[in-house]
Amino acid sequence: MRRFAALIDSLVYTRSRNAKLAAIATYLRETPDPDRGWALAALTDSLDFPAVKSATIRNLAGTRIDPELFRLSRHHVGDTAETVALVWPEAEGREQSDPTIDEVVQALSAANRATAPDIVASLLDSLDSNSRYALLKLAVGGMRVGVSARLAKTAFAQAFDVALDDVEELWHALDPPYEKLFEWAEQGGDRPDLSATPFFRPFMLSHPFEGDSLDLGQYAVEWKWDGIRVQAVHLGGETRLYSRGGDDISASFPDIVEAFDRDGVIDGELLVRGTDQGGEAASFNALQKRLGRKTVSKKMRQEFPAFVRVYDLLMDGDDDLRLSPWHERRQRLEGFVPKLNPDHFDLSAVVDVDDFAALEVMRAGARDAAIEGVMLKRRESPYLAGRVTGHWYKWKRDPLNADCVMMYAQRGNGRRASFYSDYTFGCWTEDGELLPVGKAYSGFTDEELKWLDRFVRQNTVGRFGPVREVKKSLVLEVAFDSIHESGRHKSGLAMRFPRIHRIRKDKPAEEADRIATLQAMIS
Amino acid sequence: MAKAKHWIEPHPQGIYVRPADVWIDPSVPKENAVVTHGHADHARGGHGDVWATPETLAIMGLRYGTEAGTAIGYGEGFERGGVRFSLHSAGHVLGSAQVLMEYQGERVVVTGDYKRRPDPTCAPFEPVPCDIFITEATFGLPVFQHPPIAGEIAKIFARLEAEPDSSILVGAYALGKAQRVIAELRRAGWDKPIYLHGAQVRMCELYEELGVSLGELRLVMDTPKEEMRGQIIIAPPSALTDKWSRRLPNPVTAMASGWMRVRGRARQRGVEIPLVISDHADWDELTETIRELAPKETWITHGSEDGLLRWCELHQIRARALAMVGREEGDDG
Repeated sequence: MRRFAALIDSLVYTRSRNAKLAAIATYLRETPDPDRGWALAALTDSLDFPAVKSATIRNLAGTRIDPELFRLSRHHVGDTAETVALVWPEAEGREQSDPTIDEVVQALSAANRATAPDIVASLLDSLDSNSRYALLKLAVGGMRVGVSARLAKTAFAQAFDVALDDVEELWHALDPPYEKLFEWAEQGGDRPDLSATPFFRPFMLSHPFEGDSLDLGQYAVEWKWDGIRVQAVHLGGETRLYSRGGDDISASFPDIVEAFDRDGVIDGELLVRGTDQGGEAASFNALQKRLGRKTVSKKMRQEFPAFVRVYDLLMDGDDDLRLSPWHERRQRLEGFVPKLNPDHFDLSAVVDVDDFAALEVMRAGARDAAIEGVMLKRRESPYLAGRVTGHWYKWKRDPLNADCVMMYAQRGNGRRASFYSDYTFGCWTEDGELLPVGKAYSGFTDEELKWLDRFVRQNTVGRFGPVREVKKSLVLEVAFDSIHESGRHKSGLAMRFPRIHRIRKDKPAEEADRIATLQAMIS
Repeated sequence: MAKAKHWIEPHPQGIYVRPADVWIDPSVPKENAVVTHGHADHARGGHGDVWATPETLAIMGLRYGTEAGTAIGYGEGFERGGVRFSLHSAGHVLGSAQVLMEYQGERVVVTGDYKRRPDPTCAPFEPVPCDIFITEATFGLPVFQHPPIAGEIAKIFARLEAEPDSSILVGAYALGKAQRVIAELRRAGWDKPIYLHGAQVRMCELYEELGVSLGELRLVMDTPKEEMRGQIIIAPPSALTDKWSRRLPNPVTAMASGWMRVRGRARQRGVEIPLVISDHADWDELTETIRELAPKETWITHGSEDGLLRWCELHQIRARALAMVGREEGDDG
């Protein structure tokens, strides 16, 4: 555990990507199975111990330290696991031990809700402060050490000098602690045979389009749908639905899983049908009601029926099409989709447009609730894993803007723990009341963050726990992708992807936008 | 407080001792001031009469030019308006003092800033029994536990061994922290020259003049880049990300501060080697000192007063927080 804790800390304190890669690669080479596999799973948030949650360790802390002192400490540190690791009293007179990760994983796996607190407590008692931090992060997930799954896979590929694409593909097919993966990579063993299993194939990703024009003879145009990217796999009699990050989300969408009954792998956008929109795709807002649910009620399925708007075909039966050019895959796709249940699968149309100038007009005019912009796909490109330049571009609709007034601010987490970096802002009603319309914590530079933080501290008029209410004097120009009706805010509005576009020090708060102006932007 | 105003009054700009018309560590110029130590948030220029230790007067002289002042050694004192003042070692930095005041049979101690860990560059903290203990609380939360300094210094050596071509740039506040880090490096056996940012030089010279030996020190500005590979450089925290650091070969950034205990703090500053080294009392020192002195009342001046106040409440110790300004957390942690 100490070696793993040292790895975590070196990742926490290293900014350089190369240094992170080197640190992980060295660890993977030097650490025996199964510990290195568990470590890899922990770094990529692939471990889940259902009996151990953030609340478990928070409650546990309450058995060793006054809850109010814990609350104050947590507020200062900005992270529950780290706070517990720091305040946990060192067991006096007890030898600190250094268990393997495997021992820790076995202990945590064996825990149930009733036994989890004692199991975690006795582990904490036996560890030093850094190992406690590593243990808690491993147990509850959310490492936040600046290591994406992609970076971890790259480090793995570097450690054993194997191809990243192979790692990506095998990774998702195998379960922690990935002993087969290590065996294959380290000893040049046989590549694990996955042909008949419904494993995840890495997505082909796009770059934002930043040019002036593109030859539409070479690039096909599709709408960019505002749902979530999914991959549906039906192979070997099993069906799985995967999210963008390769997470298995089959349980949240049983309607899709049941309906996908042909051997193949499709790539598309998961959307829900809005009843009030004549059966067309509804906004992301409606889809959100179905995301992140472990079980789905019948009512949910009826009220927000999910479907996949399909735009690519990776496997047709056991025929791998990924090396074929887009236009060939498209042709096969057009034959494949009509054989699927039309309630849950339809084809994302290729947009027919004469030239780039016409496309610009079309993109600007698109106000369908489920359209986010357009996609430009090179006709000759194969289906490539990851974000490779020159093949797929996304060209989002221009964002909408509104001038809002800062109302509340809250401290950030992690490296922003000492900054007021999360801002709630509002717009005026006709009666001159300010109502919150959204919350944003990005879009500003480090310099602007410092300025905003200072503004909050100097203009605090009220405190509610971690939240500060500020003088209603600062106008923030907020950019957002779209705006929808929502019961979450008193204003009845919810923004999608709000971010701080500009700080309008020049603008008096009274001149900020009105709620009615925002309502007119609802798509 | 329901009873008549106490003879010691906390004000946003300092602690006022009314019968003597004397301020302790006032943040704005006052006619009469007792200054506990040389850090800028306690020692300001422009006062009329100043009472402080000879070391603190020397430090103020260096920072603000000549300063009229009466030197008071540890254990010595003076009387004014019926109040007997005396200074006692606080263990924070060279010359740092607590102020004991006795008036009409009541004893009040103002700690200024203090710590209880051994420090080769200054005299150790002296516990002074009192009725009212006015304490700092910079690290007044149980997350703050300063580990033994040897282990922190060892992090520097470990990194130099792993990366012999790098230089280690240690951010350390110019008064106290820098000299303590240097002295601890010496104690751990580092006998090579230690390289300084220009802003550190005069204070180190003053420490030497006052009898704290720091070994061979060189100025970064006068040194060719290549000579500093594998060496240790001390600079003020503000210089860590400054253009200045470009003259160093592969600098790895370290920072010596009690705040480094929290990972987010270190990351925020881009620190690669967090050194949890503080000249303030940590949580255990704060609470154990209150227990040891067992004053009738504890007043808390600055820092995380909520945490220490809560602890006092839990232990049925009479306590109150004084709202003080100008004592925001800084780099001297």
